[in-house]
Amino acid sequence: MNSTLAILAILDGISYAALVFLVSVGLSLIFGVLRVVNVAHGSLYAFGAYLAATFSLAIAPISPWLTYPALLAASIVIGVVCGGFIERFLLRPLSGQEDVLQLLITFAAFMIMDNLQRLIWGVQPIFAAEPLRLLPNVAVFGVSYTSYQVILLPGVALATLFGLRYFLRRTLLGAVILAVTEDREASTAIGIDAKRVYFVTFVIGASLAALGGALASPTTSLVPGMGADMIVLSFAVAATAGLGQIEGTALTALMIGLTRAFVIYLQPEFEVLVPYLLMVLVLLVRPFGLFGAVQVRKI
Amino acid sequence: MSGRIKPVTTIALIFFLVSAVGPLLVSSWATLFALILAKGIVVLGIILLLQAGQVSFGHAMFFATGAYTAAFWGKYVGGGDIVLFIALGGITSAVFGLIVGLFVVRYREIFFGMLNLAFSMVLWSLLEKMFHYTNGADGIRVPRPALLGLSFTPETFQYVILYVSLLIAVVAFYGVQRYLDSPLGHMLRAIKSNETRLEYLGTSARRVLLIGYVISAFLGGIGGTLVAIIQQIATPEFGFWTKSGEFVFIAILGGSAHAFGAFAGAAMFECVRFYAAAHLADTWQLILGVVLIVIILYAPNGLIALRQRYGQAKQGGH
Repeated sequence: MNSTLAILAILDGISYAALVFLVSVGLSLIFGVLRVVNVAHGSLYAFGAYLAATFSLAIAPISPWLTYPALLAASIVIGVVCGGFIERFLLRPLSGQEDVLQLLITFAAFMIMDNLQRLIWGVQPIFAAEPLRLLPNVAVFGVSYTSYQVILLPGVALATLFGLRYFLRRTLLGAVILAVTEDREASTAIGIDAKRVYFVTFVIGASLAALGGALASPTTSLVPGMGADMIVLSFAVAATAGLGQIEGTALTALMIGLTRAFVIYLQPEFEVLVPYLLMVLVLLVRPFGLFGAVQVRKI
Repeated sequence: MSGRIKPVTTIALIFFLVSAVGPLLVSSWATLFALILAKGIVVLGIILLLQAGQVSFGHAMFFATGAYTAAFWGKYVGGGDIVLFIALGGITSAVFGLIVGLFVVRYREIFFGMLNLAFSMVLWSLLEKMFHYTNGADGIRVPRPALLGLSFTPETFQYVILYVSLLIAVVAFYGVQRYLDSPLGHMLRAIKSNETRLEYLGTSARRVLLIGYVISAFLGGIGGTLVAIIQQIATPEFGFWTKSGEFVFIAILGGSAHAFGAFAGAAMFECVRFYAAAHLADTWQLILGVVLIVIILYAPNGLIALRQRYGQAKQGGH
């Protein structure tokens, strides 16, 4: 492997990690607060991607620069409409019930959304690369790469990381979310509306998944099954990091993104194996994840 | 209730009778019922683990192990016999279950589920990417095996595999019932209700769970072998996480409180799929998703509990 390929692998890894981080951190946030593994998370990612592609294909003839707000708009629409619906009508009636039921109802949402996606957007691959083509290429150590992937995507990921940190640690709503996570009963007793907190958290998490999809849509063709692949991958990242760990998710996404990129150049057939193998190895040693806090076991 | 036949067991007997006789009248039911029975066997394993309060979101790995055992035998050795396939499929999955089980039984709840998922995704990526051995995503064809040296035409074969599945399903159903009623089965339930007390009684909860896990892997493998023989193919999708989700889905749909829930759920699932796919193309997944939501929200104990609730209502409800 020469240095050009190594730089290419690093850039691939970073841009991939940025997308995976956006999706995984949403999953992790939802689990951290609601204690629910949202199996429909990958479908929110796919819906975000498809809606973003629809929006940007529709708006590109007017002005190609409007495709960027279109990506953002698509992810918020999906986050609020689909995410809000799942939380309000599927998860909320089940609060306090067995975990497996909460997990399964999001699985049902996944099945429905997977089917709807095929009914709405068909099974033919969709391309909407306008946002990618608008921005010029940049040269990084002599390697030419699209600035969309190497500057915009990592930029959005970093902004999300610091934005979430600021939101959770420095704002009132963030403090309220943390309070509900820490002790739901006590925070309800002092007048916090826990249901609203769950709703807001779920919508934020869902919007992040959709944002990941929307930003991914210019870089790849949209195909059925992309949601099912993304949910396990983002779950692998979130679980390896430790569910509920925001900074840890960023580091793990970077680690998995880079490893995967190098494996693609060196041993392409093992590309899909990397995240899951890492997940098995990490969970065997640290079941609470690389960055997770040790939880007291029942025995 | 001792001495009397339990109502759920009566329904189970009726179900097994229908699956034996029904396909003789409607020939398209032969494959349908064979699939229901085979999947029911896998879901029995899920229900077993649900007794201990543990949800495996990776059980498709044992399903795929059973299926690929038959497929590899057909590809590399050639020929094959149903009995041999099932024995091999069961044994390899049980051994695989023992190896994976040694790791996963140390964890509970979300960690148990996560680790199972991780192992199954590793297996899936290997099946998908080791192209030279597994044909990748295309999967391996499983040629129609003989039964005890007798070979059959496709028309007879669908009945042969149906009755083989039925026989195994009845034995597995009875065996799982007996196991859950045995001291070992009660200890398995105790993991869900109070694991600490189980340990204080001097029992190793891990060992109890490991035994349950290996049995459940064994059932998964046998079910996988049967499905591979019925559908004459084994693909990596057999080991994908959506397959694992489908099994948990069927278990909750049928009801995890009783072993028959596995078959009730599988029957409902496969019938919806069979008829929706035939009449409302491309929406069977949507319909199943809606069915699942309705069941979870309005009958969280599954189909078999609906009957029990009805029975209780008649007695004045308590």
